[in-house]
Amino acid sequence: MQISMILNGKKIMAEAEPDMMLLEFVRMQGCYSVKRGCETANCGLCTVFLDEKPVLSCSTLAVRADGRRVTTLEGLQEEAEEFGVFIANQGAEQCGFCNPGFMMNAIALFRENPYPSEEEIKEYLAGNLCRCSGYEGQLRGILAFLEYKKEMEQKGE
Amino acid sequence: MLTFRNYQKVASLEEAYELNQKRANKIIGGMLWMKMENRNIGTAIDLSGLGLDKIEETDDEFSIGCMVTLRELEIHSGLHQYTNGAMRECVRHIVGVQFRNVATIGGSIFGRFGFSDVLTMFMALDAYVELYKGGVVPIRTFARMERDNDILVRVIVKKTPMQVVYMSERYTKTDFPTIACAIAKNSDTVTAVIGARPYRAMCVADETGILKHGITEATARAFGSYVSEHVRTGSNMRGSREYRNHLIKVIVRRAVLRLGGKQNAD
Repeated sequence: MQISMILNGKKIMAEAEPDMMLLEFVRMQGCYSVKRGCETANCGLCTVFLDEKPVLSCSTLAVRADGRRVTTLEGLQEEAEEFGVFIANQGAEQCGFCNPGFMMNAIALFRENPYPSEEEIKEYLAGNLCRCSGYEGQLRGILAFLEYKKEMEQKGE
Repeated sequence: MLTFRNYQKVASLEEAYELNQKRANKIIGGMLWMKMENRNIGTAIDLSGLGLDKIEETDDEFSIGCMVTLRELEIHSGLHQYTNGAMRECVRHIVGVQFRNVATIGGSIFGRFGFSDVLTMFMALDAYVELYKGGVVPIRTFARMERDNDILVRVIVKKTPMQVVYMSERYTKTDFPTIACAIAKNSDTVTAVIGARPYRAMCVADETGILKHGITEATARAFGSYVSEHVRTGSNMRGSREYRNHLIKVIVRRAVLRLGGKQNAD
């Protein structure tokens, strides 16, 4: 089947098998930030935005994205770069494999709730598994980023 | 591995119904559970083009289309207010936000899965399901029906005066529940709905009037024991029958106390 979508701001058209998952499809389009993890809809590594909502691309049919907007980390460079510095500063990733999915979902959280509490952060990111970090570094990174954002806003920047 | 030869985004429920009469074809909701199965499907029937992804609220009821996601149930202000937060509590532990943005209420309810938090909650709300051919059926009846080739179109929640509390016990956050429990109180009685027994959820009403004269520590404990005695449980990798029987006593007592206004019942 031929499907079209806006992938990272660009309109694309490509063939997709009826049972092809969005994960496979976006990787075929060169979006290698989207990782294949558990493939059982549990780990969050394959998170992409479908019309601005974070979804698991390992469990979403590519044909269901027909005519819609799909965003991967490649399409969020600026937002991700600013936030990513705080994650790196905390040494919050070891192998880094979970990081793209984690960044995507964290960005979805900030868009929905710009200043979440610690509890809200933990709840929103519960579907992103990391086998290296124990999550503490990631949490510290997020809190430091939120503090920075607040300071910038107060300064009017 | 799940494979299918064709995909059809249908233009009407009739088209979906006709396709669904073939054994090889299947209606797909969020497709999360179905994807775990090892099967070959002829045509995957997609209802996502039928506008069934909305929650409509009137003065009398909530009408929830089968393609509404669990995340939409979680953040809907009307449902949140009507259930005093119990709707959010019932879905917020299900894997993660990304999962709940994909999983649909239709898939959760039609599957009548034993582990279902969603079925447990909607049974406590005494909801109805609208089937394309079967008409409107109480969800408590639907939960006992065998699977057929009809289509679950909507779930309807009547706005009757009631209180509901939802609690579950899980080994870890985001895991399946070992026991799911919703307690509902209306003008007539208190009903406990127990899911993840591990079988499909079932209701136990306070038929002997244990809570008739009010909720106290003693009556809540007695109701917990009563429910535990009247629910058939089983064993699986998450817990033994005996463990579940014990959990039911504890979780029902805590939920009833919370229903009675004790916020830190646990």
